[in-house]
Amino acid sequence: MKKLLVSMLLVVVGLVLIACTESYETDGGEVLVIRAWNTEFQDRFRAYYPEYKETKTDGTDLLKDGTVVKWIITPNENNAYQNALDQDLLNQSSAAQNDRIDIFLIEADYALKYVNSQYSLDIKADLGITDAQLSNQYKYTQEIVTSSDGKLKGTSWQATPGLFAYRADIAREVLGTDDPVEVQKAIANWDKFDETAEDMKAAGYNMLAGYDDAYRVFSNNMSKPWVNANNEIEVDQNITRWIEQTKEYTTKGYNKGASLWDSVWQSEQGPSGKTFGFFYSTWGINFTLLGNSLANPDQPAEVGNGLYGEWRVAKGPQSWYWGGTWIVGAKYSDNRTLVKDVMLKLTTDKAIMKKITVDTQDYTNHKAAMLELANDPEFGSAFLGGQNHIKLFVESANAISLDAISPYDQGITETLQAAMKDYFVGTVTLDKAWENFYTNLKVKHPELKEKTS
Amino acid sequence: MEDKKKKKFNNNMYSKWGYIFIAPFFVIYGIFSVIPLAMTIYYSFFEYYFSMGLFPVGPNFIGFANYTELLAGPFWQILGNTFIMWGMGFVPQIVISLLLAVWFTDSRLKLKGLGFFKSVIYMPNLVMASAFSMIFFMLFGQNGPIVKALFDAGIVAENFDIFDTVWGTRAVIGFMNFVMWTGNTTILLMAGIMGIDPTLMEAAEVDGASRSQIFFKITMPLLKPIFIFVLITSMLGGLQMYDVPAILTNQTGSPDNSNLTIMMRLQQYLQNSSNYGMSGAISVLLFIIGGAASLLVFRSLIKNDLVSLDKVGN
Repeated sequence: MKKLLVSMLLVVVGLVLIACTESYETDGGEVLVIRAWNTEFQDRFRAYYPEYKETKTDGTDLLKDGTVVKWIITPNENNAYQNALDQDLLNQSSAAQNDRIDIFLIEADYALKYVNSQYSLDIKADLGITDAQLSNQYKYTQEIVTSSDGKLKGTSWQATPGLFAYRADIAREVLGTDDPVEVQKAIANWDKFDETAEDMKAAGYNMLAGYDDAYRVFSNNMSKPWVNANNEIEVDQNITRWIEQTKEYTTKGYNKGASLWDSVWQSEQGPSGKTFGFFYSTWGINFTLLGNSLANPDQPAEVGNGLYGEWRVAKGPQSWYWGGTWIVGAKYSDNRTLVKDVMLKLTTDKAIMKKITVDTQDYTNHKAAMLELANDPEFGSAFLGGQNHIKLFVESANAISLDAISPYDQGITETLQAAMKDYFVGTVTLDKAWENFYTNLKVKHPELKEKTS
Repeated sequence: MEDKKKKKFNNNMYSKWGYIFIAPFFVIYGIFSVIPLAMTIYYSFFEYYFSMGLFPVGPNFIGFANYTELLAGPFWQILGNTFIMWGMGFVPQIVISLLLAVWFTDSRLKLKGLGFFKSVIYMPNLVMASAFSMIFFMLFGQNGPIVKALFDAGIVAENFDIFDTVWGTRAVIGFMNFVMWTGNTTILLMAGIMGIDPTLMEAAEVDGASRSQIFFKITMPLLKPIFIFVLITSMLGGLQMYDVPAILTNQTGSPDNSNLTIMMRLQQYLQNSSNYGMSGAISVLLFIIGGAASLLVFRSLIKNDLVSLDKVGN
């Protein structure tokens, strides 16, 4: 038994040593492997990457130079995407050349985890992208993916400032106007927001759909990160305010009792919904809200189909952002030149960036291109009744601050929202909800501690 | 003399082949069962996890620290949840199963279409637990028909959600387990009842015993071995309950961790941080509890049996 264990250990050590000294190809790979959690980037890639040729019947793409693009898409739910990605990254050095991940996508909530790991490529030193090429990107989109030792590890085609999307028909009925400037006055700060919520309730509508809707607006404006240098949890005042507000809204019936992404939340965005508005960022308005607003998703998206054309956007009580997707080059990639080209074309090319925004209404990561559209009187979104939402996004994007980001944000957010839901609906007391939060968080992240003051 | 020696030698040769033929089982059992089992126990004494799933911590030997941390936390509450949800499914299940088994095997009732009924009650067990959970999630969910009907009848308030209530969620889980396993238990009990010598029942009937007397004085005592088997296998299955509550509560065990089972906790430890230390400790505790509970049930029922056998002897 002992011998067996020793010999197994020797084999493992041997493999590790081989892996460490092994040199690997950095270019000329035949397969570009891309990992993602949904098809958003796949759609962009197929529509806008100039080297893209065709999609084959097996779901892989063919580029003009003959390179095959293999997509591995794992949904985000319950950490499945990260679990699958981590497993492959840990085995990346011993994987067959064509199976090695070349590009993987990450989100802001856990970006720092990968950025500070050895598995991501430095896009300047390793890939050779210059500062000049990145100069038109929003600074905050680069700060999120800058490692603790100052290396830039990813790049994004979008900036994701958040806004408050509201129903024009409800605004006309309750507030007497659907003009975004006037509506903004009614929700300019949290006190005004609460007053409007009361009016909405009186008229038979909900201000928000559920418990987590306002969470990001509060959490983005925290004054310090969730976790301090000693791995202790610090609860910001803004979180306390979110809990108080949501409890009040739930008790008074200002919300519909939905949780983010559940079926009630989605159906509230459709024609049968009774909810005034949703906090949404760029992608959410054109990717999620538009889809949910239609009465018949099989019919073309146009005025007359559900709530198409009846949504508007306003800045809301505070500036905030939500999500965003970054393209990261994986260590041991055998296609560095191609990875660099994909990054340059899809995240820095002005013409492509502008075209993406014009076609899809998504907000792209190119200041100059966005400013042109913001000042274009002809530009507007038919879904938003002709409103030029890019103008509002430009204002919001410049105000985004990243002082309070930590690599644990996703785990903490999910655990907190689940624990507090029990408090909002009245199943447990506030103290019990906090206790559950700490116990369940320690299961996810054993290294975190409750702050002892 | 020499002949004898040769014979002995031949015997040894034959027995060698015997060992070689059974060796594959032991090799495979060793590699895939004994070694992982030993590793589980071994690592339960270590701090060993991957921070955020990517950065390894440990293994550092920490003695019983994992166990003390586990027992200081909500472990007993989680164990309690597991038993409560199992009990809520098992009690109605065993009652209905016994009733059905007795009816199905009673020749005097002359039931028609027995094969059909047996198949129908077994059906729910053929549906995958995850699919079954999704169906119940939709039926009982906030947007589902049950809550809508209750709201229309004025029984519940707006925005009511069964899955926000501790006992509502537990009842749904218990009911699902009941529906899924009743068929299985019925078949097992029927096999047990059919193994009882029918002349005993006929004799009792001739002596004027009532139906309930026959059931309690003849069927039940003779059914005891099968009954114990059903009870212990169901209890061990219940201790390892995972799929139904996990899918119904989106793996959180909400509300208030009241539907969290031991296996769900173990999965949570592995999911985000591959915490081999803590999940090893949970597995070891689960093993001890499962063993102890089985022993307890077995002992208490068998002991009574021995006593009654003694009485018969006297």
